[in-house]
Amino acid sequence: MSAQDKFYWLMGGIGAVLLLSSFIGWMLSRRVQGDSGRDVVDNLNARIKAWWIMVAVFAVAFMLGKMATIVMFALISWFALREFMTLTPTRPGDHRALSVSFFIAIPLQYALIADEWYALFSILIPVYGFLLLPSLSVLAQDVEHFLERAAKIQWGVMLTIYCISHVPALLLLDIPDYAGQNALLLFYLLLVVQLSDVLQYVFGKLFGKTKIAPVVSPSKTVEGFVGGALSATAIGAAMWWITPFTPLQAAGMSAAIVVMGFLGGLVLSAVKRSLGAKDWGSMIQGHGGMMDRMDSVSFAAPVFFHLTRYFFTP
Amino acid sequence: MLISALLIGITRALVGAAPRWQGSAPSPAQRIYFANHSSHIDTLALWSALPRDLRRHTRPVAAADYWNTDAVRRCVAVRGLNAVFIERQRSEATKDPLAPLTEALAAGDSLILFPEGTRNLQPLPGPFKAGLFHLAERFPDVELVPVYLENLHRCMPKGTFFPVPLICTVRFGAPLARIAGEDKADFLERARQAVIDLA
Repeated sequence: MSAQDKFYWLMGGIGAVLLLSSFIGWMLSRRVQGDSGRDVVDNLNARIKAWWIMVAVFAVAFMLGKMATIVMFALISWFALREFMTLTPTRPGDHRALSVSFFIAIPLQYALIADEWYALFSILIPVYGFLLLPSLSVLAQDVEHFLERAAKIQWGVMLTIYCISHVPALLLLDIPDYAGQNALLLFYLLLVVQLSDVLQYVFGKLFGKTKIAPVVSPSKTVEGFVGGALSATAIGAAMWWITPFTPLQAAGMSAAIVVMGFLGGLVLSAVKRSLGAKDWGSMIQGHGGMMDRMDSVSFAAPVFFHLTRYFFTP
Repeated sequence: MLISALLIGITRALVGAAPRWQGSAPSPAQRIYFANHSSHIDTLALWSALPRDLRRHTRPVAAADYWNTDAVRRCVAVRGLNAVFIERQRSEATKDPLAPLTEALAAGDSLILFPEGTRNLQPLPGPFKAGLFHLAERFPDVELVPVYLENLHRCMPKGTFFPVPLICTVRFGAPLARIAGEDKADFLERARQAVIDLA
């Protein structure tokens, strides 16, 4: 089966699942009683609707090719960084560093992917960003909370630019016998991360009793995590045919994606709370902001990228 | 039309400018929207937050000594925003500086006004200039809607050239009640407080 055929099968499958979800959501909205139940179902339906839009945007970008995919992720980084910096207290002295993060760091990081310059891509933000962004801030001569401000800006760019850029960076990898199919690997990563999030939510709503981290994230439960993680790993293993992995390897990769995604959700939930917010933003109906959807991706992407690079490229 | 669409697109990509109608709803009633002023994006953000059909009849008030000085700024102000120019320095003592504004109101348009008269470095507005009071006296039926622009003092503070994209929410409050016989200072302070209350 060609990469093109696999892509169509994949889209068909996702479309079918979404159709089924929309149908279930519609049934629930007719049967639900009580205000709190109504809220849950309305939120569920808003989420399903947003999924249709997100899947459509991704599908179009994939069909348009490598450049469109890279540009789409650059925009995702842009919106995610915007949410992060909106909630992060900075001072006027940080203005230059912040402008550079948006207008230079984002285009440069993604241009390096387009240019396939892996060596600079992998150190641009951890080395040059780390050293130069506080150097820009220091020129403003404001020492109040300097370390905190520099640390927060670095955290924001690492997370929203560096980590997220590892999704389209999968297109860089030269995997033997897999040439021209890397876009499917990218799809695979997003599919497993998002399925794991959704299934954890579903299992949590149906069977959730024991809270894992009630202070950080009251909705995460042991039952939800175990059910979601196992089923997402199983689906990830069953999808081995779109990857360069054997079914067993695919299971291992999925497990890594699921665990990192879970940790990302948890850590970013703590960050969000320490900044005094419940959602990162309101861009995506029912889900919250861009970072509410990308939190698990940002943690899973670099690990998945490097595992694939270590074990599957020469 | 094209310039307006372009300006709105840029504004949304930069600062979002999502409206939150807290005390009033979008309405074709004639209004003066008055807001805190901390950046060059303020006018664009407030204007972009209005629904399209209201935007057509809502004209921002722009300082002539800034926006009417070169071709690019004039094009943005006149063609893009349909702005009304106001002279901040009165050239002739006899000329009424509010004349262009009263003309626009008399023609039935709504206005966007920044009563501080200049950009402020703080998130909360400073003292208001008297223009809002005089317009309110001359047009007793126009609704005076306070607006708070969140975060824009961080996006593009006075003295910076490049903006930082941060999400700006545009909060519309309830129209200011009219109190018969209220003096200028009390009115201006009450109007300022209405903006602060939205913060």
